[in-house]
Amino acid sequence: MTCYNEMFEGDRVREPYARLREWVETMPDDFRQMKQAEAEALFRRIGITFAVYGEGGDPDRLIPFDMMPRVFEQAEWRRLERGIKQRARALNAFLRDVYGRGEIIRAGRIPARLVYQNAAYEKAVVGFVPPRGVYSHIIGIDLVRTAKNEFYVLEDNCRTPSGVSYMLENREIMMRMFPQLFRGNRIEPVDQYPELLRRTLESVAPAKCSERPTCVILTPGHYNSAYYEHSFLANLMGVELVEGQDLFVDGEFCYMRTTTGPRRVDVIYRRIDDLFLDPLCFRPDSMLGVPGLMDVYRSGGVSICSAPGAGVADDKAIYTFVPDMVRFYLGEEPILNNVQTWTLWKDDDYRYVMEHLPELVVKEVHGSGGYGMLVGPKSTKEEVEAFRAKIMANPSNYIAQPTLALSTCPTFVEDGIAPRHVDLRPFCLCGDRIELVPGGLTRVALREGSLVVNSSQGGGVKDTWVLSE
Amino acid sequence: MKLQISHETMYRYGRPIRNLVQSLRLTPSVFEGQKTHAWQIDVSGGIRGPGFRDGAGDWIEGWTVRGPVDQVTVRIYGRIDTRDMAGVLRGHREMIHPLTYLRDTSSTQPDDALRDLAGSVTGHADELDLAHRLSALISDRIAYRPGVTGTGTTAAEALAQGEGVCQDHTHALIAAARLRQLPARYVSGYLHSTVDGQAHDAAHAWAEIRVEGLGWVGFDAANRCCPDDRYVRLGSGLDAADAAPIRGVAMGSGSEELDVSVRVEEMAQ
Repeated sequence: MTCYNEMFEGDRVREPYARLREWVETMPDDFRQMKQAEAEALFRRIGITFAVYGEGGDPDRLIPFDMMPRVFEQAEWRRLERGIKQRARALNAFLRDVYGRGEIIRAGRIPARLVYQNAAYEKAVVGFVPPRGVYSHIIGIDLVRTAKNEFYVLEDNCRTPSGVSYMLENREIMMRMFPQLFRGNRIEPVDQYPELLRRTLESVAPAKCSERPTCVILTPGHYNSAYYEHSFLANLMGVELVEGQDLFVDGEFCYMRTTTGPRRVDVIYRRIDDLFLDPLCFRPDSMLGVPGLMDVYRSGGVSICSAPGAGVADDKAIYTFVPDMVRFYLGEEPILNNVQTWTLWKDDDYRYVMEHLPELVVKEVHGSGGYGMLVGPKSTKEEVEAFRAKIMANPSNYIAQPTLALSTCPTFVEDGIAPRHVDLRPFCLCGDRIELVPGGLTRVALREGSLVVNSSQGGGVKDTWVLSE
Repeated sequence: MKLQISHETMYRYGRPIRNLVQSLRLTPSVFEGQKTHAWQIDVSGGIRGPGFRDGAGDWIEGWTVRGPVDQVTVRIYGRIDTRDMAGVLRGHREMIHPLTYLRDTSSTQPDDALRDLAGSVTGHADELDLAHRLSALISDRIAYRPGVTGTGTTAAEALAQGEGVCQDHTHALIAAARLRQLPARYVSGYLHSTVDGQAHDAAHAWAEIRVEGLGWVGFDAANRCCPDDRYVRLGSGLDAADAAPIRGVAMGSGSEELDVSVRVEEMAQ
């Protein structure tokens, strides 16, 4: 499979990588090994050891960091940025619509069943419009590149996407280890992200809040694989990190217990799932949430980010309709492509997929983390047949996509650099404005030829650069 | 009918509790069959919190009791005029799409017996006829008998056991209707008296099934009828837990005892 090499075009080095080539080629082997060890030690010291969203695996494992940055030039990034913001606007418009009048369904553009019978569609918030009509405040959009100006969205993460701490730490570590690189290249900063996130959260404070809003991050606790990120962001934003037991409802509002008495909370950036938010509304046995929180939320006493029910927009079945959302709500043509997707509960799709299994990627509808998936071209005949049996047992549990030729980036290997496949998760912020820091989390499949970038499957991370003009 | 309702729920705690938070769905629905004249909710020692109408059209009210207290009483007193609408929920404002009520919960998860029962109705004239016949089947297959089932009994268990109370009839009917692709939901409320004129002294529950042309129609399989002017509708949900009139959580570790008294009386004209 031929794929886009982000550094080389034949023998020629692409413009954004010109300086990095020199840096790599003049780097002595022992220096590189020393720096790699230093990077690892730094990561261990700050304690950034966690799995990316839903990946599971050992939470204390270090995700390998590759020192070779991934680089976008300004024009490439601007186009990408427009595409990401466009998608974020459409996803929020969709959420506002399906919890309101459902115009897109009345217009026959999306089947009603897919929305209203979706497990992530939350009946309890129908008719309630959160401040500024924003439901998903932090959207992580997973992208892969197949050509210079061709990006495909693999999935949208509208609930509580994680990984942004890697974006920040990767940059921090690179700057500490290679300050000279940042003098010679004009690299757009990403360290404003925590400030922008805080501003975004404050901008969606409820109308009942009259002073500067008090924001908190609600974590399920230190057993959660992304706990490091929760405390990291709380620290950088200068807000409290709380667990359910630190919050309580009294009258019309939600309060946080502090050493100086109760303090009203206006905006909750929650990193726990809908089902655990409030035992009075969702799972009655949940100890992680805050009893009565949903009543306070639905009467406008507190904001919850992302809004409960936002998950219906990032469902794998709904995914296929996002380009239609862009056209329907924004009257624009989508800038970013969707990957063609066959849904195995449809007879025609099922037939096609079964006939072409060795060419396709097949995923579980509710799976994540690169588990339970088949990459046809990278699998043996036996593996394909074993997977076929799984599909036949429960077709509606699967979707299939063509195997994309993921772009490659130069990556440090035993003897120098070699191309390895990458993806990208940028983090789009939606409040009174839509903001995107120039960068994101680049994940890299460290095994030669591998297309699976998940850290649980041998993936690593890289710093992601956007060059300024 | 002109009905007067008083409903008291008393919680007694083995050890004092603090920070009790409740979410109450205890206010009559607004539709052509009901006109509320007076309605009071009071939670002893409590602070009234947020009140709002949700997407299902139910009025929800939050209350908090800071405590510590060893006893809390939720008191409802109200007067309401009811009309016989032959079970049809006409003029009820709600925003939730009916297809949302095709979703099963753990209480309504069907088994083979429920599937057989739901599939056994054939030759029905229309959806309304189908709904009536499903309801009649549930009445036949589950005898009314208090004390043999609990709040956690599922539709499948109730059908297997062949007896139960209104919650069981309702869960079974909802499960059967959903199997036939009819949106169905659990309704909680009050009942003045049963058909034979006996006073009914507990909170009641029945099912609503969405049928073509009429919208939501109530079916009380426990009493083999559709709700009429003896019924007072409070709110709805996917199952009993979702439609519960009172949900609450308190901080405390002791035991909890519950006393409920409901009186639904016809007022002198």
